[in-house]
Amino acid sequence: MFIDLLKIELFKIFKRPRTFIAFGAIAVIILLVQFALKVNGKDFVQFYTDSQADTFDIPYEKILNGYFVCVAVLHMILIHVPLLVALIAGDMISGEAGLGTLRLIAGKPVTRTQLILAKFSASTVYVILLLVWMAVFALLGSMLIFGTEDLVVFRETDMHIMKSGDVLWRFFAAFVFAALALTTIAAMALMFSVFSENSLGPIVATVCVVIVFTIVQQLRVPVFEETVNPWSFTTHMLGWKGFFYVDKNAEGATIAGSVENPESLVRSGLILTGYIVLFLLISIRSFNKKDILS
Amino acid sequence: MSEIIRVKQLTKEFGDFRAVNDLSFTVGQGQVYGFLGQNGAGKSTTIRMLLTLIEPTAGEIEIFGMNLRKHRREILRQTGAIIERPDLYKYLTAKENLRIFSRLSGVRVTDRQIMDQLALVGLAGRSDSKVKTYSQGMKQRLGLAAALIHNPGLIILDEPTNGLDPQGIADMRNLILHLSRDLGKTLLVSSHLLSEMEMIADHMIIIHKGGKVAEGIVDELLNPEKSMVELVTADLPGTLNLLQQTAWAAMLKEPVNGTLRLEMNKAAIPELNRDLVVQGVSVLSLRPMNTLEDYFLSLTKA
Repeated sequence: MFIDLLKIELFKIFKRPRTFIAFGAIAVIILLVQFALKVNGKDFVQFYTDSQADTFDIPYEKILNGYFVCVAVLHMILIHVPLLVALIAGDMISGEAGLGTLRLIAGKPVTRTQLILAKFSASTVYVILLLVWMAVFALLGSMLIFGTEDLVVFRETDMHIMKSGDVLWRFFAAFVFAALALTTIAAMALMFSVFSENSLGPIVATVCVVIVFTIVQQLRVPVFEETVNPWSFTTHMLGWKGFFYVDKNAEGATIAGSVENPESLVRSGLILTGYIVLFLLISIRSFNKKDILS
Repeated sequence: MSEIIRVKQLTKEFGDFRAVNDLSFTVGQGQVYGFLGQNGAGKSTTIRMLLTLIEPTAGEIEIFGMNLRKHRREILRQTGAIIERPDLYKYLTAKENLRIFSRLSGVRVTDRQIMDQLALVGLAGRSDSKVKTYSQGMKQRLGLAAALIHNPGLIILDEPTNGLDPQGIADMRNLILHLSRDLGKTLLVSSHLLSEMEMIADHMIIIHKGGKVAEGIVDELLNPEKSMVELVTADLPGTLNLLQQTAWAAMLKEPVNGTLRLEMNKAAIPELNRDLVVQGVSVLSLRPMNTLEDYFLSLTKA
């Protein structure tokens, strides 16, 4: 029965035109970034290399490759994708209530827990498809347009260089981590959706929560750094970047296949998973107790 | 006749407001059971409790002889319902909607079965049209098809004629009668349209402010041994004074809207008329209130 429910939810998601707004928006943004970097890539790379000019002697043509462009794209758009996820997940229950179909599906011989889990699973599938779509455009597209070379990733005070053969698994891991992060957003939007009878409320609430915690995180003041930020999901949603920060040996050379802080990645993954479980439990409990009056 | 629905002392409170108050009734197999009440009387709340959309504050519900709370899945598998407006997925076609609702009911249907169901409600020609292009009447009929697609034994229809034009109301009435008489389904139909209920229901309950005010066979409720009789004369105070000095005084009720009312055996109406005429009263109207509407109003105003 659960598989049937999941199929129904996916069918409904992909029959709605609004679902494809996200896919279209992602494709357009990525193509724009790729076009801009193809035309003015040198300026973009120099922005980073100038600050580290003393230690830097790799020509920009080698830096500006498909992998570099893909990382740049992910930096630019992953922060905005929660809005696209909220558009779908925030509509899951509230949209049905607004449409008047919630009372029909809740009066069918399926449990409300099954309904929530099917809707959550469908949101997760949507997130994964969105990221696969992003991977196709951002990674494969950039590889085709810019070619492949070693990947250079700049940080505020240093940089990390990865051999081209040591890169693809990092992208895969980063996309999997991003899927976990966006699934957290989907679970939160679904939870808000249980409490509302119109789609707008949960979508706005989700985006507001992300914005508030992102601002709190970016303030970097001790009062928040020590209390809120270690547990804020917005902090850990950026964990995917960790796969592009490599460990170095005593001579300062990059260790292939390594990541700088694997414990931090695991901790971020566990905290995000914890949030997903928490949001789901609240959704299930609330939905099971809810009188459906819509 | 076996009982399909048994509701016992059902109560629902929303905060301080008691929407359904100690309501009990039974629906027998094959009945078209009318659920009658004004807007806000508690009909939809009761129906939502029958479909597990609302948790009762107190009371018990048994359907098909099983406790609803313990056997929810088995019961709902054999139940089809329209609750208020039959809102379906507007961005899907009629066929897609029916396929979804059959799957949700745990049944896989063929294209042929879907088309048969659409033909039953007169929508076979629009099976591939999106629901957003449907009129209200078509949506109502599609809602009924969705309620029937899994061949349920019990069909619950909450205000099924809402928003329909006269032809649509007649079609819906015929369909309900067809489901009951030809297919042997049990139907619980709520409405505030009394005339409709009079034409389709064989049993009914009347609820007011969440509680039961009458229940029984429609014909018996409409044709009781004693009936309320409405009397209109040219001189109401004079007639009232006159009647109070006769044996009719025991049957007099409170006047309503400038008319006198007597609760009496209908067979005695000619005798009353004769007495009044003999006393020189100009009788403008003397009629038994035996329509469902009269009966309903007399009960709910009391």
